[in-house]
Amino acid sequence: MKCTFGTSFPAPENLPAGAAGGIQQSSTGGSFAGLAAAVYAKRDDLKVSIENVSVDRRGFLGTAFAAGAWVLGANILSGNADAAASWQPSVYLGFEPNGTVVITAHRSEMGTGSRTSLPLVVAEELDVDWTKVRVEQAIGDKRYGSQNTDGSCSVRDFVDAMHQAGATARFMLERAAAQKWNVPAGEVTLTNGVVLHAASKRRATLGELVSVAATLPVPKREELRFKPPSEYRYIGKQVAIVDQHKIVTGAAIFGQDMRRPGMLYASIERPPVYDSRLRSSDDSETLKVKGVRQTVQIPGFKQPHMFQQTGGVAVLADSTWAAMQGRKKLKLDWELNPEHVSYSSPAYKQEIFGSVHKPGKVVRNRGNFDGAFAGVSRKLEADYYAPMLAHAPMEPPAAVAEYKDGKVEVWAPVQDPQSVQQTVGAALGVKPEDVTCNVTLLGGGFGRKSKPDFVAEAALLSKATGKPVKVVFSREDDIRNDFYHAVAAMHMKGGIDAAGKLDSLLFRSAFPPIASTFQAGAEYGLDLETGMGLNEVLFDVPHMRSENGPAKNHVRIGWLRAVCHNFHAFALHSFMDELAQLNGTNYVDFFLKSLGPDRHVDLTKDGTKAWNNDKSVDEFPLDTGRLRHVLEECAARSGYAKYTNGKGRGIGIAAHRSFLSYIATAVEVHVDAKGGVTIPNVWTVADIGKVVMPDRVRAQFEGAAVFGTSLAMMGEITAEAGRIVQSNFHNYPVARMKESPRKIDVKIVDSKERHAGAGEPGVPVMAPAIAAAIFAATGKRVRELPIKRTKLV
Amino acid sequence: MIEISVNGKGRKFEGDGDVPLLWYLRDELELTGTKFGCGMGLCGACTVHLNGEAVRSCVTTLSSAAGKKITTIEGLSPTGTHPCQVAWEKLNVAQCGYCQCGQIMQAAALLAKTPRPTAAQIDEAMDGNLCRCGTYTRIHAAILEASKAAGGVK
Ligand code: FES
Ligand code: FES
Repeated sequence: MKCTFGTSFPAPENLPAGAAGGIQQSSTGGSFAGLAAAVYAKRDDLKVSIENVSVDRRGFLGTAFAAGAWVLGANILSGNADAAASWQPSVYLGFEPNGTVVITAHRSEMGTGSRTSLPLVVAEELDVDWTKVRVEQAIGDKRYGSQNTDGSCSVRDFVDAMHQAGATARFMLERAAAQKWNVPAGEVTLTNGVVLHAASKRRATLGELVSVAATLPVPKREELRFKPPSEYRYIGKQVAIVDQHKIVTGAAIFGQDMRRPGMLYASIERPPVYDSRLRSSDDSETLKVKGVRQTVQIPGFKQPHMFQQTGGVAVLADSTWAAMQGRKKLKLDWELNPEHVSYSSPAYKQEIFGSVHKPGKVVRNRGNFDGAFAGVSRKLEADYYAPMLAHAPMEPPAAVAEYKDGKVEVWAPVQDPQSVQQTVGAALGVKPEDVTCNVTLLGGGFGRKSKPDFVAEAALLSKATGKPVKVVFSREDDIRNDFYHAVAAMHMKGGIDAAGKLDSLLFRSAFPPIASTFQAGAEYGLDLETGMGLNEVLFDVPHMRSENGPAKNHVRIGWLRAVCHNFHAFALHSFMDELAQLNGTNYVDFFLKSLGPDRHVDLTKDGTKAWNNDKSVDEFPLDTGRLRHVLEECAARSGYAKYTNGKGRGIGIAAHRSFLSYIATAVEVHVDAKGGVTIPNVWTVADIGKVVMPDRVRAQFEGAAVFGTSLAMMGEITAEAGRIVQSNFHNYPVARMKESPRKIDVKIVDSKERHAGAGEPGVPVMAPAIAAAIFAATGKRVRELPIKRTKLV
Repeated sequence: MIEISVNGKGRKFEGDGDVPLLWYLRDELELTGTKFGCGMGLCGACTVHLNGEAVRSCVTTLSSAAGKKITTIEGLSPTGTHPCQVAWEKLNVAQCGYCQCGQIMQAAALLAKTPRPTAAQIDEAMDGNLCRCGTYTRIHAAILEASKAAGGVK
């Protein structure tokens, strides 16, 4: 089982044969959507499988385990899979002869804590001292199953396998002791790393039992005993992330920190306009710069561009600084792509509003919107706009590659090492298996580092120079060579019935789709894009239609934390706030009334189906009761209804379901006499199902409040003559301490429901809540992001 | 030739005095705790102490550092027991962790001069340090915590 998209997209290796090779498809989004649907066929009925991993099957695990270790592998199988053929463990749990417990982390760590939370579950069920467990980062290999760390799904998708792996190993160690001591198995217990037979007071360490345990058959799930949650020592408790001490002492190694002996540093000048080619280059001045060794031309991509390198000229030098200096002296002549060189943001804005002011592709239809809207007396129309955004992870992309004899080893901060194998393999013309991808820590990812174009560059340069090469993105390179979060235009119409409830809703949006990254020229969103907030509207509204209008891409489009939910939630909840005002009530009252009775919403009745992060609605229903609950609780915690709005002070609130989680966030803003905005308080109530590490979940929602503040208040990428205008934090600001919420109160709902997403769902609620708070404070409606563009006083 | 002291050790640099301290620390001395985030003095990831003052090493040339004492995160406390580091761990401040060395160096310089900072002084001092993961509320709390632990706040 693999993690589905969300912020994730099908990594090339997950596509059916042909798709990754660049098959040209028809120019509508539909055929690609069909492909994606095939890839993401229903995966209900999953079961976990645990097996002993014999020595001859451990080669790719490298040095993760000492010689003589006993290794168990755990995997999730879909119901109809042939267990023997498809057995690909996601986690390996090893016991070294000295008793050391080693757990592989197959997901990437970019700040969410998954490198800690998944191994922690194994340690909990195994019942060993967590502080004595060694976590080994896995290399990229399809034998790990999906490693695509995206879509807020690391815990959600793998937690069952982790529980079962731990419980299986505990069972086998207890059995081993029973056999050794010749006592009934049921009388032996493993607690906190020690195996004990209470009656005879015999005890053994894990190291003493490893060789016996390794010979035992793997028990069936039915034989296992899982710990009751009341006995948990780690799950649900305060636990530090495994890398914490290294982080605060500067010893943690990120991609930018990697080095190999004899390595050259590369700085690359890339095409200024999307899909353009180099005509000629002159590097004579560059080569005079001290420390510069050579330059190398890198070929550009072929459409669809996917994660391929963009091409350009690399300057290779003895130090990062020398490479950057040499690059400034390059004289390059580009043949700019005529279709994209005219791309300018103001004109494009007109274009996509043109798109949403016409009927689009219907992605959900219920009742008769046009008739109903014509018939109601209280109604509203509004347009909303959200700009293009760059991810700007604190660590700009970087990668080290070492090519030798048809094989390449890379070290990089990547969200999906298997997609690195595919992308690099294709770039070099070698098999994916001949690409070894070591995953470093990620200095933030947010979706940028699922696209390994920068790793392909390093690999190509290493092959060309015969030396290890490190590609360093500057911040300018990062901002100007992103896979951007799409700019979006939304057109809304809504009518209110006599009882003060939402009666009719038209929700149209147009944005250059992620689909265009995988299918050249695609203009419509994939199911996952329209599924993020456009058709999954949970109100009990009798007449509604969601439509997606076409939009062309002129840059590479990617997925950024919370993806299309960001602009769709901004439009929908801002519009609900406006309708509430028209109705003479507030957002909370109007929302709850329009939400209707607690129920599971079935989109198939409206000619569509919930994308639902590619999970079945049986497992993860669209539950309005959970949404109602978080909104009510958030309103109560924040004092929303009693707040005195006006005179530069206001409170706003929004509730939204995304990544299978239910979130409500209230924001208090102060607007000073000059229109400056500060955010003294944010209250979030999050129902994300069961939780492994509550502190990391809280941290994700605190971080999302800040990320959402940047997105709402100041984030904007624009293009002029096909070129990205912004370049660094002076013109692409992200929130600083003073601009960020001063206090963030996060309440995690105590839930027994399935684990759902934590990394992303805190973001989409922020922009509409801030905009509503600003209206409450000033009477100014903001329908365009970023808010800094609107004069508030 | 430029002579500087890095974490108490004398160093001689033979190259161009225009080279930013950041790249000398990272590429030559392999002190990679000092991070690259923007190269323009805008993010604070590269913060080090120059004669005790917090500076952005990406815009500090080696010639301007000549003869001075430089402390990087690796030299702040060899064992990670500086009150800021302890407070950072206690409050689980870090998410991805990339900005945190710079944040800690900035905070340590603040507390060295202003052992009992007010909220406004913390905001002011930390204004140049970005955290894209959004750990600001915990950084703020950790500075107060470190101040308390060091006897600054009573
Ligand atoms: S790298 Fe020096 S301030 Fe950003
Ligand atoms: S912890 Fe990730 S940038 Fe600060």
